[in-house]
Amino acid sequence: MSSLASLRQAKRNDWCLINSLRILASVTALVGVLITVFVLKEALPALQSIGMLRFFGDDAWYPLEGQFNLVPILLGTVLTALGGVAIATPLGLLSALFCQFYAPNILASSYQRLLELLAGIPSVVYGFWGLVVLVPKINQLHPPGQSLLAGILILSLMILPTVALLSTASLGDVPKAYLQGADALSLSRWTTLTRLVIPTARSGLITAIILATGRALGETMAVLMVCGNVVQIPNSVFDPVRSLAANIALEMAYATTDHRSVLFISGLVLLALVGLLVMMASVLGSEEREKTRGI
Amino acid sequence: MVHTLYLKRLGLVSLAFASLAACSSPSIDSSNGDLQGKIILTGSSTVAPLASELGKRFEEDHPHVRVDVQTGGSSRGLADARSGQADIGMMSRDLAIDETDVTAYAVAKDGVAIVIHADNPITELSPEKIVEIYKGDVTQWETVGGNDTPISVVNKAEGRSTLEVFLKHFDLKNSEIKAQIIIGDNEQGIKTITGNPDAIGYVSIGAAENSIARGEPLKLLPLEGIEPSTASVQDSSFPLSRTLNFVTSGEPETLSKAFIDFAQSSEVHNIVEQQNFVPIDFSK
Amino acid sequence: MASKIFSQSSSKTWPDFLLLGATWTTAISITVIFLWVVLSIVGQGLGQLSLEFLLTEPMNAGRDGGIAPMLISTLLILVVCLAVALPLGLGTALLLAEFSVSDKRFGQWVRRSLDFLAGVPSIVFGLFGSVFFSKILGLGFSLLSGGLTLACMVLPLLIRATEEGLRSQPASYRQGAAALGLSKTTTLFKVLLPAALPGLMVGLVLSVGRALAETAALIFTSGYVDRFPASLLDSGRALSIHIFDLSMNVPGGDHNAAASALVLLALLLILNGLAAFISLRWSTKIK
Repeated sequence: MSSLASLRQAKRNDWCLINSLRILASVTALVGVLITVFVLKEALPALQSIGMLRFFGDDAWYPLEGQFNLVPILLGTVLTALGGVAIATPLGLLSALFCQFYAPNILASSYQRLLELLAGIPSVVYGFWGLVVLVPKINQLHPPGQSLLAGILILSLMILPTVALLSTASLGDVPKAYLQGADALSLSRWTTLTRLVIPTARSGLITAIILATGRALGETMAVLMVCGNVVQIPNSVFDPVRSLAANIALEMAYATTDHRSVLFISGLVLLALVGLLVMMASVLGSEEREKTRGI
Repeated sequence: MVHTLYLKRLGLVSLAFASLAACSSPSIDSSNGDLQGKIILTGSSTVAPLASELGKRFEEDHPHVRVDVQTGGSSRGLADARSGQADIGMMSRDLAIDETDVTAYAVAKDGVAIVIHADNPITELSPEKIVEIYKGDVTQWETVGGNDTPISVVNKAEGRSTLEVFLKHFDLKNSEIKAQIIIGDNEQGIKTITGNPDAIGYVSIGAAENSIARGEPLKLLPLEGIEPSTASVQDSSFPLSRTLNFVTSGEPETLSKAFIDFAQSSEVHNIVEQQNFVPIDFSK
Repeated sequence: MASKIFSQSSSKTWPDFLLLGATWTTAISITVIFLWVVLSIVGQGLGQLSLEFLLTEPMNAGRDGGIAPMLISTLLILVVCLAVALPLGLGTALLLAEFSVSDKRFGQWVRRSLDFLAGVPSIVFGLFGSVFFSKILGLGFSLLSGGLTLACMVLPLLIRATEEGLRSQPASYRQGAAALGLSKTTTLFKVLLPAALPGLMVGLVLSVGRALAETAALIFTSGYVDRFPASLLDSGRALSIHIFDLSMNVPGGDHNAAASALVLLALLLILNGLAAFISLRWSTKIK
């Protein structure tokens, strides 16, 4: 009798729990919706009076002279972010492997602390360092120094901690039994890591890369300081580029009504870009899940 | 069970925060003669440090007054003054012809000078040469008598008031300019040029003088034969300058009026100079 | 740190050496770059650092004086941010990881919304916060408004890290708990959450780092006022904004900007150490 009561009590607890969680999750999901609605609302006047097409068909970006071509800015954003991710992903993964499988314990934890610190350096400090140290060095190679390359390097440095720390955590979650099994089979370390550990941790690694890519796409101040911000399609990594986020930060301060609305279009395009990324990732993820189910 | 409650309670915290919002309304009461209340200024990031310092001095004289200075750009200052979000808007440019619904009060002037790296042997550039460089017709320093190196043209982002001053003076359109680097704030310009021996740009004179005094490798070029300096901006002989303004929508309230009068008085000239701007003498 | 399972017995082939070399080279080069960045700040800022710097108010637009009000404001903003983001984040992560079967559709939408949020530039968060929290909710320029904006911003990091931590717990834990007749609630709090702690901690540490480093989201929400805040409804300048203003807007502010950046790093070190300590205490207590 009493066990039945306690069972009912437990059921009620579970019911309470899941509904509280649903409420919390709804609030969380709402934030994304609210931000999208907000950006859309601000961008709407420009969308109505100018039309989406001109943002992809005009000759150049001079919003005050009625030219609104966003394509070079879009390309600049994608190139800097992809470049940054391309560098930060292998380095982050190697860092994670270092922490979990190679470094002695003390070294691993201090390296971890270092990455955590790296994650908390304000972007203006990275930007400042990039402008004072990195850009003059690139300038000696090929003027003007402010360039796609500088942006990629700074971004990779900024998103590296995200990739590394999240990867370390997911590598650490690989069950020990797997490793002991591999050891018992006397598999080489290379085989164990590349065939067993990394595939097992794959979902966590993908999450790490997605979060890092999001950060790279949206990073503002540091990119603004080192990229040169010229609206053009770059011919080489030494050419300056402008990113969508930098575009907003650069021009918002003096933008009056129409110009302001146009700037929100760059925010909207950025959101669309991120949306695309999310969709790609969810397709990747579902394929992944099916594969692992199949095993 | 306890845990569930705990979780719920944490969820409620956010609601509690939101309901706190109800109790924020500034009171302005000057019935007893002594000024009290809160003045909110928003707008130009260039003017903000100056306004902050002015506010602190004003607070010392009037202990019941609080001056809150926020940034966000000249356009925000104008918009907030119009909407009443701010008592006073700050703008680092003059009002446009169609912006007649607000009143501007000049608080300081700021000169804009052409700058290059200190190691650059060039000592003067004619206005024609400057135009050619900015239009991309001249791309090598050698052409204008300098080193055998390519020129890095530094321009300001669209809409910035120093850009507008520059374009107007040289009768250029922004789309005619071929820049290698586009920047936002003044300090970014200064740091870009000190880090690049082949760069040319234009920045606020006060900020540049401050940097040179600290030993930064920067050189101001004379314009039409006139040395750029705070002195030549003050006597209006230097051709490139902008006004820093406070703006209000309609007649300012007593408190705002008192602060604007204070900001325009000669007793704050030392503060204006300290922030690298040029005071305006209204007594003349 | 996890399993240094590998014994010396494993045979060594050339890919093994390659990997060994690559991991060490990466770790060393990242450390060198990190030191390069930090030492350049130390070189500029160390001379300004003193107890007085921490305890006094700024003067002359921050060129002189200290950063005491910014320290207080920063901590208050962080408290607001975490007070909101932790329950929201934890709850959402639990739902996503543990109840994704019953709430599959919903979970997918939440996850999409989050991934989306992760890519929103901080300046858009700032503009959103200034409209939603400051204007619509009437919070004005305030620490509250800034903290709430930051909470929105760190949610994706916090949730995805926690979710991964939970998800990686072997199904056998859940099956075992179910076999013992434990309710979901008990399983969650007694078994799964403690096991997911490392993931949560990584999320937390990244979030705190991101929150402390943030500029663009705060300048329109918690604002620019550099005096001591009297309440959470007062505007207060965060340390990161102070650094930004001094290095980009105030000529001659570089040294104090660097010194403030050093203080920010020290603060981060302390907070992360605290987080590590708490998680260690907690996990040993559970065991």
